[in-house]
Amino acid sequence: MIKFGIGQSLARVEDARLLRGLGRFTDDIAPPRSVQMYVLRSPHAHAEIGGIDFRAARAMPGVHTILTGEDAAADDLGGFPSMVPSTAPGGGPNFTPPFAIIAHGKARYAGQPVAIVVADTLEQAKDAAEAIIVDYEPLPAVASLADADAPGAPLVWNECPDNLDALATFGDKGVVDAAFEKAASTHSVEVRISRVSANPMESRTALGEWNEAEERYELTGGMQSPHMLRAQLAECVFKIPPNKIRVRAFDVGGGFGMKGVPHPEPALVLWAARKVRRPVRWTSERSEAFLSDCHSRDHTSRCELALDSGARILALRFFARANLGAYLSLAGLHCAQGNIGHLSGVYTTPAIYAEVRSYFTHTVPIGPYRGAGRPEAITVLERAIDAAAFDLRMDPAELRRRNLIGPDQMPYDTGFQFTYDSGNYPVSQTKAEEAAGWANFEERRLESLRRGKLRGIGMGHIVEIAAGMNDEMGAIDVEADGSVTISTGFHNHGQGQETTMRQLVSEFLGVPPDRIKYRDSDTDVQPFGFGSAGSRAAAVGGALFKAISEKIIEKGKVIAAIMLDTSAEEIDFVDGTFTARSTNRTATLAEVAALAHQPMGLPQGMEGGLSHKQMFRPKGPTFPNGCHICEVEIDPETGRSEILGYWVCEDVGRSINPMIVAGQMHGGVVQGLGQAMGEFIEYDEEGQLLTGSFMDYQMPRALDMPQITTISNNVPSPNNPLGIKGAGESGTVGAMPAGLNAVCNALQPLGIRHFDMPATPWRVWQAIQHAGGIEALHKAAHETA
Amino acid sequence: MTNTLTMTVNGASVTRDVPANTLLVHFLRDSLRLTGTHVGCDTTQCGACTVHLDGSAVKSCTTLAMTCEGSDVTTIEGLASGDTLHPMQEAFRANHGLQCGFCTPGFVMSAIKIVERLGSGFDDTALREELEGNICRCTGYHNIMKSIRAGAEAMTSKQKTSPDNGAE
Repeated sequence: MIKFGIGQSLARVEDARLLRGLGRFTDDIAPPRSVQMYVLRSPHAHAEIGGIDFRAARAMPGVHTILTGEDAAADDLGGFPSMVPSTAPGGGPNFTPPFAIIAHGKARYAGQPVAIVVADTLEQAKDAAEAIIVDYEPLPAVASLADADAPGAPLVWNECPDNLDALATFGDKGVVDAAFEKAASTHSVEVRISRVSANPMESRTALGEWNEAEERYELTGGMQSPHMLRAQLAECVFKIPPNKIRVRAFDVGGGFGMKGVPHPEPALVLWAARKVRRPVRWTSERSEAFLSDCHSRDHTSRCELALDSGARILALRFFARANLGAYLSLAGLHCAQGNIGHLSGVYTTPAIYAEVRSYFTHTVPIGPYRGAGRPEAITVLERAIDAAAFDLRMDPAELRRRNLIGPDQMPYDTGFQFTYDSGNYPVSQTKAEEAAGWANFEERRLESLRRGKLRGIGMGHIVEIAAGMNDEMGAIDVEADGSVTISTGFHNHGQGQETTMRQLVSEFLGVPPDRIKYRDSDTDVQPFGFGSAGSRAAAVGGALFKAISEKIIEKGKVIAAIMLDTSAEEIDFVDGTFTARSTNRTATLAEVAALAHQPMGLPQGMEGGLSHKQMFRPKGPTFPNGCHICEVEIDPETGRSEILGYWVCEDVGRSINPMIVAGQMHGGVVQGLGQAMGEFIEYDEEGQLLTGSFMDYQMPRALDMPQITTISNNVPSPNNPLGIKGAGESGTVGAMPAGLNAVCNALQPLGIRHFDMPATPWRVWQAIQHAGGIEALHKAAHETA
Repeated sequence: MTNTLTMTVNGASVTRDVPANTLLVHFLRDSLRLTGTHVGCDTTQCGACTVHLDGSAVKSCTTLAMTCEGSDVTTIEGLASGDTLHPMQEAFRANHGLQCGFCTPGFVMSAIKIVERLGSGFDDTALREELEGNICRCTGYHNIMKSIRAGAEAMTSKQKTSPDNGAE
């Protein structure tokens, strides 16, 4: 077995620098002559901006420039586009206002940039910002999804009546309605998916430079997709060719989808840098991040299931309202409707119909966060399953089991949007149930009840799309001494690609890891790529580096044939060594690379060097899946939930580094539980953010979270040559419904059928009180005793 | 208005003129360019800025630099000896205790002091309580717990064999 190949739980290469404090995060970089940018943000959710008087501020110490929306308009700067087209309510394309980089004439969310101040120090910039007088005329705002289309609701955009931007429908309503007509039972549940913020520990950051000599912009920042950001900065904001902008991302402290979305500040630092002819630094403070990072989820829906007399699903209807915020972010509509295919879940559902209404509100735009529409759809589906089980007095695990897609049905065309590649869902459920002791839960519930506690168990059995965006570019350069340098369009911000991509190349080319260099993410080094998002790097990267390695080996064989005095067809390549078949004559990759770099020794017409760069597209997306089980205990006196255990049996296909996969699962699960149990973003009626710091936004902490048991039931994907499925998002997709179902299950003895996230002590306590309080619980205990 | 400030950082004496309102974290990051100590929030919640100040783990984002006159400060950059990682750093590496690595310096600095106070005999709940002041968004804490446990074993067993290991 190769020491550093595929399937090994190797410690990560990047850890050495990160553990020593030698990481290179953007705010660690302070170029000579650099200055600081402070963003003055609208204090109003909705306001006319009459005028901005910054004469006094401009004269304050250290201030280099102050710029406003009027200056941006004069410089003809554009905004960022929406990536997802949709349909307006009356038909035709939906209204697509670009995501403005700075307000001009009107502010549409509290926290929108209104002016930027560039000064020697951040303190000077902040002091000057306080001296800026903005003539706001506050206007009524619509701050919640519930109020978005209320009669007389203020409009975010005059072009968009009722604030309804898009109405998208999926599936055949007639067929679904007919199935509901003949159902033995129907079950409906309304679910709110709360609004949250991704909150990577490194907040967003950007360093903008104007390269006077080359007359172009240079951006360094915390982002997931440097190439996509460059394309949009060039095409939409500055309206210049892309190679007039260089974008680099070094170490990035978490992204979770949010940092894949273009935000105003990277454009603002570049604009300012050109104005002041100095490097301009900006790092979001945490309170600023809460105001200005694209938030996520924020979705309400009704889901209806039609079952036959054997509790088999006949059809599903889904009616959703999604918040977009004040502008369309790059992927705002993707979160609302782009992952609606997940409504088919792991079940055979003959007919599905879905309607999604997407609304503007005076809030920061909605963007992707780990799952980006997947956990929304799956959580609603899994709540509907549990609600149906409640109605039928059935074990929700049994209801699921009766409807699971069987392994013999793979690949499975759901008839809705997806064709699942592979997987053995019944076995995953069995393994998860056994690990969690599902069958004996009733004993544990009664034991808790005797102590006056409410115990609940919840399942989330999920499947999700990965590597849906499956093109990527990569390169391998073998140097004359056999050292290898690789690059891709992916960006590593915690997922470990610096290690896993090395493992792949080490496996394919037989090169030891210390001889492989992973290039920084830099659009000057590799000008094309799509970045890390959608759980894609392992599946797409595996296929990509396999394809590139094959090209390197193919050329290597031609060169080895010259050295070994035979034909290329007679050369085998194993573990980094070329061998003339049936002989003991060999040449190492390094020896072949040395000759490749001496064109005089090569046949006439053969190109020197041993490098290859290409794009690759695997056959199709993959569908990681898994059965998640969560167990909680609620203290009815306080409403506090304690998570007692968490088990997941997951299928990520073939795994490059099982240790990293488990880490992705742990982190994903805790982000899903975080939302189910405590995190939420709240605005007041005027659109003022109420949850603006870690003091009032409940980030999951060590004490809130359980040990997580991970079990594997990996079935390779047929859709790429290595069988990899992906692991980035499935933890979150499974944990939101598993955690929420556990809480709902705990509250069930009080007659509570559904409870909306987040399960904060206050909200749980209220729900218990509304259901009759502790007395009702004692009554329930008496009845079961 | 600036003041002259002298302290020992990672074993070396440093003297700088700083404004009186400078926080220790900004002194370390901006004046000394020791950028391994991070800022993850503005309300002293996340612990990414944790350093050792005269033998205790403190949040350098809520410590005025001027109050550290004459103090002994250790940052993440000062833990390893040459190429050899501190046992706690090594435990985080071996147990995949970090993903993006941004909160990691704070966790490592906190963990070392937890172990110095509690030894290696703590239970899971006690350790989770001890980590109340550090937030990680990537790992779900699972492997951080595992890392600290392994680091504690390594630190305490090493202490038994070499009594002078306590010095940083």
